[in-house]
Amino acid sequence: MAEIILKALAHTYSANPKSPEDYAIRQMEHIWHQGGAYALLGPSGCGKSTLLNIISGLLEPSEGDVLFDGQRVNELPPEERNIAQVFQFPVIYDTMTVFDNLAFPLRNINIPGHRITPKVEEVAEILELTPLLKRKAKGLTADEKQKVSMGRGLVRDDVSAILFDEPLTVIDPQLKWKLRRKLKEIHQRFNITMIYVTHDQLEAATFADKIAVMYEGQVVQFGTPQELFETPAHTFVGYFIGSPGMNILDVRHHAGEVIFADTPLPVPQAFIDAVANANSSNIKIGIRPEFVTVHASKREGALPARKRQVQDLGTYSIVTFELGGETFKARLPEGHPEFADDIYLTFDHDQLGLFVDEYRVEVTA
Amino acid sequence: MNNKVYNNRAWLLVLPMLVLVAFSAIIPLMTVVNYSVQDVLGPNASFFTGTEWFRTMLNDSELQAAFGRQILFSLIILAIQIPLGIGIALIMPKQGWQASAVLILITLPLLIPWNVVGSIWQIFTRGDIGLMGWGLRELGINYNITRNAGDAWATIILMDVWHWTPLVAMLCYSGLRSIPEAYYQAARIDRASKWAVFRYIQLPKLTNVLVIAVLLRFMHSFMIYAEPFVLTGGGPGSSTTFLTQSLATMAIGQQDLGPSAAFSIIYFLVILLVSWVFYTTIMHLQKDKNSQGGV
Repeated sequence: MAEIILKALAHTYSANPKSPEDYAIRQMEHIWHQGGAYALLGPSGCGKSTLLNIISGLLEPSEGDVLFDGQRVNELPPEERNIAQVFQFPVIYDTMTVFDNLAFPLRNINIPGHRITPKVEEVAEILELTPLLKRKAKGLTADEKQKVSMGRGLVRDDVSAILFDEPLTVIDPQLKWKLRRKLKEIHQRFNITMIYVTHDQLEAATFADKIAVMYEGQVVQFGTPQELFETPAHTFVGYFIGSPGMNILDVRHHAGEVIFADTPLPVPQAFIDAVANANSSNIKIGIRPEFVTVHASKREGALPARKRQVQDLGTYSIVTFELGGETFKARLPEGHPEFADDIYLTFDHDQLGLFVDEYRVEVTA
Repeated sequence: MNNKVYNNRAWLLVLPMLVLVAFSAIIPLMTVVNYSVQDVLGPNASFFTGTEWFRTMLNDSELQAAFGRQILFSLIILAIQIPLGIGIALIMPKQGWQASAVLILITLPLLIPWNVVGSIWQIFTRGDIGLMGWGLRELGINYNITRNAGDAWATIILMDVWHWTPLVAMLCYSGLRSIPEAYYQAARIDRASKWAVFRYIQLPKLTNVLVIAVLLRFMHSFMIYAEPFVLTGGGPGSSTTFLTQSLATMAIGQQDLGPSAAFSIIYFLVILLVSWVFYTTIMHLQKDKNSQGGV
């Protein structure tokens, strides 16, 4: 049980880093509160596994500190941090039975046998491994093996935190869902801090109360799934979260209007002022496909565009359209009308986001 | 619908291989079988003896003694080389130039021809000019491989350990390298001791290479010839005379073609049998492990 604080933390694998690109983790501050269910979400190579290994102690950070309940633990190996970690591919001890696998972490810290058995049985019960306890671990299926790996993380009831490194990669889709629910249950039952690394937003959103989105070695946003969806703090979050991701339009200010690819955009006055006052040439406006309305006929304030494709996905459709030489998407509910090639768009003004140098800027009307 | 073209002429492609195998293995072996049931007196004078040579060979006390020595030798070197090889593999550096350097150093003995190994040790152990022989004598140890059977045995075993442990070490090293890093990481998270890591991760993952190592080392050591022949010539007395040497003496020295042919076949069958029994037992054990308790 611990609160984990990352203080001015940075990590690089190169011996003499010169530019920020040499860092796997760029300098960051972060607090994981005791008892939280967190997800660390990001694409491959964004540094999420590195960050996890730094927290567990498998890696020592090159800069900054890792604090467990205020104690600096940088130099402590995982053995002394009392942390559990579940890896992407199940790690089991082949020659042992399932019971012995689960008991292994307890035996290693010399817990007497009469206290091991009830604990192992309790964990096996939660993970539905009870019928397998006497089996050799070698012959298990991938998901059973992964449950055993998870179980080893759960048997020590005093762990500071349990870290999951994409633990469901090898699991069948329908079982994934079950195991994720199981983890959630376990979290509620034991009140252990859990950090779950994944590149799947759905997995992150179903497991975690709060998600840290990582991009190029930085946590670009830490918030609830709803916050990530509604107010992405970085263009990457907008693009990465949501299905499909946010439409992001490169804009500039010209003669009292916000221009995208030579066309003035229908945006509120506050946006026009904000774009005009921005001290950068990297200005973007984001709108989620859910908040783009497509009209079949011309109307006041609507933006003309070319339809490219309509994908019917059952309960909704994705319309791909072309605007100023780039393609964007709109998500329409079931039963929308047929469109000709020329379509007209309006944006939900409350759902527009302004990004200056990739980071969100609040626009107040 | 069966549109497959049947063309058995493809079998012709196997023919060259068959001819090669026939000349390299089947025909020589059959020649030996042929000799083993005949008494060859001269180029055109031989008569059929049936199983007589086999019975004679099996009852030959000298051969039985050589057989016993051979088994003892194989068991001793397996008992030393397998654990030692694992140990060396465990402490070998894992990466960088040190890893390459150690690999090369360790491989060197394997590159030396058998009889050269014998010669090296023969000189090495000489009391007058050999470093080891002279050194032991200077230390006041009465060491003489031509007089003392114990010394001869110890030297042959030491020589074989020096020559062949690298093979076991290299096999184990490659086995250890193939264990994913995640196992070691998980073990650290589980706070496993070094011994537990060895016992529950490294050793189980080494089983397959160890089976190969044991088989290779058994077959090799059971057929050892050049090294002890050059080093001790089988002496003192016949204390280090192994099966191959008895066979060579019989076949080449005394030209006893019939008995030595029968003996060769028995020898061959023993190696085949031991290897087969060992291999199937290990494979069976593993299968057992997999299905154990699989209710």
